Amino acid sequence: MGKTLFEKIWQRHAVTELPDGTTLLYIDRHLIHEVTSPQAFEGLRLTKRKVRRPELTVATMDHNVPTADRMNIQDPISKAQIEALEKNCKEFGVTLYDLTSDKQGIVHIIGPELGLTLPGLTIVCGDSHTSTHGAFGTLAFGIGTSEVEHVLATQCLTQKKPKTFRVLFEGKLPHRVTPKDMILKLIGTIGTAGGTGHVLEYAGEGIRSLSMEGRMTICNMSIEAGARAGMIAPDQTTFNYIAEGKRPFAPQGAAFEKAVTFWKSLPSDPDALFDRRLTIDCGMIAPQITWGTNPGMVMDVTGVIPAPGQIPGMSATDVEQALAYMGLKPGTRLTDLKLDKVFIGSCTNARITDLRSAAKILKGRKIAKSVYVMVVPGSQQVKKQAEVEGLDQIFKESGADWRESGCSMCLGMNPDQLKPGERCASTSNRNFEGRQGKGGRTHLVSPEMAAAAAIEGHFVDIRSWR
Amino acid sequence: MEAFTTHTGKLALLNRANVDTDQIIPKQFLKSIRRTGFGENLFYDWRYLPDGKPNPDFPLNQPRFKGASILVVRNNFGCGSSREHAVWAIHQAGFKTVIAPKVEREGATIPGFADIFRSNAGKNGLLTVELTEAEVEEIFQMTERTPGLTATVDLDEQRVVLKLDEEIAFHFEIDPAVKEHLVHGRDPIGVTLTQEAKITAFEQRHNSQMKRS
Repeated sequence: MGKTLFEKIWQRHAVTELPDGTTLLYIDRHLIHEVTSPQAFEGLRLTKRKVRRPELTVATMDHNVPTADRMNIQDPISKAQIEALEKNCKEFGVTLYDLTSDKQGIVHIIGPELGLTLPGLTIVCGDSHTSTHGAFGTLAFGIGTSEVEHVLATQCLTQKKPKTFRVLFEGKLPHRVTPKDMILKLIGTIGTAGGTGHVLEYAGEGIRSLSMEGRMTICNMSIEAGARAGMIAPDQTTFNYIAEGKRPFAPQGAAFEKAVTFWKSLPSDPDALFDRRLTIDCGMIAPQITWGTNPGMVMDVTGVIPAPGQIPGMSATDVEQALAYMGLKPGTRLTDLKLDKVFIGSCTNARITDLRSAAKILKGRKIAKSVYVMVVPGSQQVKKQAEVEGLDQIFKESGADWRESGCSMCLGMNPDQLKPGERCASTSNRNFEGRQGKGGRTHLVSPEMAAAAAIEGHFVDIRSWR
Repeated sequence: MEAFTTHTGKLALLNRANVDTDQIIPKQFLKSIRRTGFGENLFYDWRYLPDGKPNPDFPLNQPRFKGASILVVRNNFGCGSSREHAVWAIHQAGFKTVIAPKVEREGATIPGFADIFRSNAGKNGLLTVELTEAEVEEIFQMTERTPGLTATVDLDEQRVVLKLDEEIAFHFEIDPAVKEHLVHGRDPIGVTLTQEAKITAFEQRHNSQMKRS
């Protein structure tokens, strides 16, 4: 019987099977940032342990970073956390891309950029959006701080083997419908716990035709469907991405050719069995907008705010609580929602293709006077590339604020936040209560939808807009 | 890690599904570089009013749940961010166990807990108990009806027993590996390091493709 992509990688990394039914899994890359690592390093100090393979560990700072004046962190607690990472990396011999580095950025954006993310590897990070790296045919998942310490000390994790879930995106996407809409549609279909206990594998024509950036957007939000990991089989698009640009950690020359031969063996075999399967017709996907307080509370742009008790699989209480927080009344059309802020950024949608898509909509147009728009590139390299292409000028001329790289308003651990009651169209990944700032009201959308909403001051159906 | 064998304590109810870790411990508290001090900020945005005073409408602020150590919630608890601070906050606020329902709805199963949260809990001596939807509903009703209701959670027997005049017991399933670690309060890193020889042998035959040009 054939094996799935996930099973091939799992088997290759199984150090040993333990008597309690778990597997000791070897980790090829450990990515670290300032928020979830300090207690792990402290744990090593207390137990007098070392980092087993510092050369497989790479750190950056992203969550706390101010996106206006990055070298001048006003919040003393944020500053202390940044400094703790510097100190820990120095003491334990870990490579760090700090705020002075031209390679700094959101950890899930710089991994692929630097060639750290390669097919067939296992990658972990103390961050749930580590699922992003699965776009390369990598088994990548988020872990807690105890597990960060575990990987630092042993380069392994004890894991129970998850089940597999294949999602087939058939057909072609309609005009201006994006990968963000594909993943939001899936989360709306299976719910925020629909993938719990599973590794998702995305396949089909709808996936094959996407760029690596689009694939990363999809894998990034696997955790929003409850799945720790999401994966896509590597193909020519993947190999081309790794070969292009300057990726210091990617294999070069003969080593690259040899690697490609191995990578080509990774895709799921035709007769491989999955625990669950689902097919989604791309032709039927409309632009998506979340209306509630989790990413599963999502609907087509043409929808109206639902009444409690109207939505299958959601209790009336859940919907009532969400509508109360979001300040919404049943029957309101999504396109009638007026916006205060627009955030274009995050590990979901702050890569160069995302910024190009938003710029295409904003070019030669002005943002509505009532709206503040923040565009935050995912990394210093994305920022540089965008500036080479003149995208920054397009954003600035439209009235948007062009910032430095970081997690920014996706989670507001830095000065970028919503104020209570503010309504925001956001290209990020979570519309949880308070996520972008206490009392802030988040609607998740694609970069194209966010840009068009910025111009009109309210949501529009991007398919028929101008 | 603190071992968990059996615990008796008061029940508290939080009638919400899909409680995410951003709610359990909001972002501003993740800036700490310590492992302690999170308990007082558990459920911060719900628990405190804008002026910083406790919100009297939030269940865990109500006198009836004061001193509770078993938290009963609805499905998919702990979804979202991987922050282990969420588990630290719950544990440091005095809770030893969280009980949530596994819900079967329209052919789909919604688990009681999100994966990363459950994994983090097991590494900190916080027991996550998954019961059926009907059982959790019964606990909600009994707790509403019986002021100060307590329960005993017995990990060895895999039972939750409500301390009523006539005791009601619920059996729960748990991953044997998680149970083993909790019962013995083991240091997972120490356990893995007993496999040192196997890890070293693995490293000799495995290629992590790490080469910097």
